[in-house]
This record gives sequence, C-alpha cells and structure tokens, in this order.
Amino acid sequence: MQCQICNKTEATIHVTEIVNGQRAEMHLCPQCAEQQGIAVKSQMPINELLSNLLAVQPTDSELFGSTSEKELSCPKCGLTLEQFRKQAALGCPDDYKVFEKSLLPLIKKAHNGKTNHCGKIPSKMPADTKKEMELSNMQQQLDAAIKKEDYELAAKLRDKISVKSKVQK
Amino acid sequence: MKLTDISNNINEWFSGCGPLADIVISSRIRLARNLAGHKFLSRCSSAEKTEILNKLKDVIMSLELANKVFYVSVDEATQLDRNFLVERHLISRHHAFSKGPRGAVIAQSEYFTAMINEEDHLRTQILKAGLQLASCAEQINKIDDLIEDKIEFAFSRRFGYLTACPTNLGTGIRVSVMLHLPALKMTGQIEKFLNATRDMNLAVRGLFGEGTEAAGDFYQLSNQATLGVSEKQIVSQFEDNIIPEIVEYEKAARQQLLTNKSEILDDKISRATALLKNAHLISSQEALFLLSHLRLAINMRELMGASTPAIEKLCSVGEKNKEDCLSIATINRLFMLTLPAHLQLNYGQELDAAGRDALRAKIIRSTLNG
Repeated sequence: MQCQICNKTEATIHVTEIVNGQRAEMHLCPQCAEQQGIAVKSQMPINELLSNLLAVQPTDSELFGSTSEKELSCPKCGLTLEQFRKQAALGCPDDYKVFEKSLLPLIKKAHNGKTNHCGKIPSKMPADTKKEMELSNMQQQLDAAIKKEDYELAAKLRDKISVKSKVQK
Repeated sequence: MKLTDISNNINEWFSGCGPLADIVISSRIRLARNLAGHKFLSRCSSAEKTEILNKLKDVIMSLELANKVFYVSVDEATQLDRNFLVERHLISRHHAFSKGPRGAVIAQSEYFTAMINEEDHLRTQILKAGLQLASCAEQINKIDDLIEDKIEFAFSRRFGYLTACPTNLGTGIRVSVMLHLPALKMTGQIEKFLNATRDMNLAVRGLFGEGTEAAGDFYQLSNQATLGVSEKQIVSQFEDNIIPEIVEYEKAARQQLLTNKSEILDDKISRATALLKNAHLISSQEALFLLSHLRLAINMRELMGASTPAIEKLCSVGEKNKEDCLSIATINRLFMLTLPAHLQLNYGQELDAAGRDALRAKIIRSTLNG
C-alpha cells in the first residue's frame, strides 16, 4: 500500500481515528507521518529495541545466566550457576550479589514480579538505613493500594510517607 | 522429656478449639533464617553444620519462652521418633529424613518448634488451633526478635532475609492454614476450590500422608510469594479474605448437603460408621477417609443442629447418657492416635503394616462402640 500523502513510498504507519463515532483510517509512510506529527522522530534502532524487550521478557536460557555470570564462581562458596541449576539451592548469602543479574528473572517469577524486600527489617540495622528501607516499604504498599484501588489506604500511606520523609530531612 | 510423654494425647493445635475450628483445623507460620557469615547448608562441611547447630541450639534453648522447651537430635533419633515428629507436625518430612547434623527445639505444649539445619539454618514455627494467624504472627515475630538480639541473620537491603532457595527470599515467611473440606468434596466442588487457589498463586497440599493427595479431606493452604509483600499483608490476606471465603463455601456446601442431598450424606455417614465400628483391619488411608465423614457429621450436629437418621444413630452410639455423646475431640483424637508412628510409639514397639491395621481397627472399634 502506498502512502496516502506522497503516493510514492510504502505506507508502514496505519492510524485509525474515531471522532464522534466516525471512523477514519490513514496509511502513511514514515516521512509523511513525521511531517504530520504522528510518528515519533527519533526511532529506536532495532537492536536496541530487541535488547530492551529481552530484558523485560527473559527467555529460558536467560533465567539461568547472562554470559558474563555464566563462567563465574562465587569467591566465598565456589558455587557456579550451573551447580545452582542442578541443586536448586544457593551456596552462601554472597551468591545473591555475585549472580544478581541471573537470579533476578527467577526471583521475579517466584514472587509475582516483585524484586525488592518489603517487610521486617532487623532491629540492629543503622537508623538511617532502616528509615530509608521503611520508606521504600511504604512506597511499595502505596503502589499496591493504588493498584487495588483502595484509595482510603493509599491516602493514609501517602500521608505517612510525607511525614516520615520530612522527619528524615 | 520423652516423646512418649506427648504421644498419648492430641496436641493443642488439633484439639478442636479455636476460631472456626470446625473447618479450620490449625494455623501455622514458619520463618526461614540463615546466619550471617556462614555458607548455606548445601555448601557446608559436616563440621560447619555442627558449629551452626550448636550456636543456634544454645541461643534458642536459652530464650525465655512462655513454655519449657526440649531438644531432639534429629539425625540421631530413631526412624519411628522422626516419623512421629512429622505426624505431629513438629518437624517437616524434609528435616526428618535429610542428612547431616540437625535438630529441633520443641516447646512442651508443641506451639513452637525451631528446626535447625533444615533447608535453611533455622526454620522457626508457631502452630495454633483454629484460625489464629495474627496471633501466630505476633508470637513468631517476638521470638525472631529475641533470637536476633543474640545473633545476626543474613540480610540484604534489597532482598531482605537471604535464604538458600530464592523462592523463600525476603520475609522468609510461610503462612499455612489446614482446612477440613469434606462437604466441598462430597458436592463435587473441590476442583473449583483448587483452581481458585492456583489462580491466587497459593500452594495446596494434603495435611496427612506422604503424597499430595488430601487424605481425609484435609488440605493445607500456603502462600508462595515471600518477597515484595510484608508479613502483615500476607497474614491479613489469609485471615481476613481468603480463609473466611473458603469457610463460607464449605458451610454453604454443608447446608446444600442437608437440604438437597441428605440421602447422599446419610449414606456416607452410615457406611463410615458401620465400617469403623466393625472392621478388624483398617489402613491409615481408609481410616482418615472414613473418620473425615464422622467429623463432618458431628460438626453438622453440633454447629448446625443437623439431625438426620444417620447422624442421630452415630451420635447415640454406645452412650448411656447424653454427656457421653461422641465429640469432635474424640474424633480428632482418633485421627491423630491411629497414624502409623503414633500407634507404634504408644504400643511400645514397631509393628508391620498388618499389625498396625489390626491395632488401628481395634482402637477405633473400642472407642466407637463405647
């Protein structure tokens, strides 16, 4: 299909507009679309787009290791990703740092998309760290409340957050 | 303290008391923790495991808890004792039969257990009768604080409490509720319940027995996600939303049985009563299956005032006066005391399957026939 405006180039952008119940379709080439202010000027190069998508939706092979971490072994316990995959258990607390990138998709999958702790903080934590974590905890709860459309709870949390962050300053 | 000191009684969590106890048998909360500065168990030498075990044992035995505690060296315990602890829900099957130095600190009233060197260095649990999750949460948090005063747990700002398996990360909390859902099963609605729980990303397994099959219509429902959601949120989701809703479904199914399907109900109860009162050999699975129907009948009578011919016949069995009427406590006791390890521990020696089946049938017969 040719572009409706220049009639020269292949139309690759298709716009459907419904105004007052009237449906109107437009088929444009990228250049004409850009002139009409429809297409975004700076288009993302295809390889960048792909890698972004892959980061969002990991493939099975990615669940167990980006190439950089695949060869790695933990300096403390000696665990490798291959061994983790076999025994389904980590070797030491440091593994969460060493293999963070590779573990993240797995963690996300196991915990309904969540990747940050929200909940109990050890009482021995330094006061400022504790406060910072509590704020991030409350922010997560606020996000969840908004998602559930529990606006009463959300308002309460928002007030709590603003009070707490002022105290921090 | 010897295990035979407790094996003749039913534990508090199965006493039939507590909120909604006709349907919610018990509430349990477990926390997974690991010591900072140590490897996780899969990479620990036996010596390091012993070091962790001694450290945690000393700390927990020295805590000032509401109840006296005793220690069981699980790796040195007999097979029978381990099975008993599993039947009693004091330790996990994994803890009972994995390898290496490991143990359990248990409160005498059985409301609290600390499993040391299970999958993580420490798994503490609080177990209560009926729906009492908020109270379990409060108690386990206090104990966790007391332990944390004396030792440091592995914790990261981003991921929270660090666990050997990433699926327990964050809060490390596992909330479990044991449910008795015979009417949902009888009315063919149990699949709906199972599908709904799967949609909510909850884990369901049977309460008794080894497999995933829910023997005796007892189901255990647990959370799976532990990261990015607070302990409080998980507990309140269970206590305020999920469980009350399931309880309502089970109640509706019981009502439905009474009003529309009382013949089916009476048939099941009569058959169960006849078999249990007369059988001379009965397997653990069969006993659970049949006792479940009796438990349903008595609960329906006590709580819904149900009075069908089969229920009346069951409840008047062998009794001289009304106070002796078959109670839920009696049935719960039969459930627990006829489990294989309970039978053998109380009998005083190991028995083969045929011997257990005969002894089980004898205990049930003598209880039901008065």
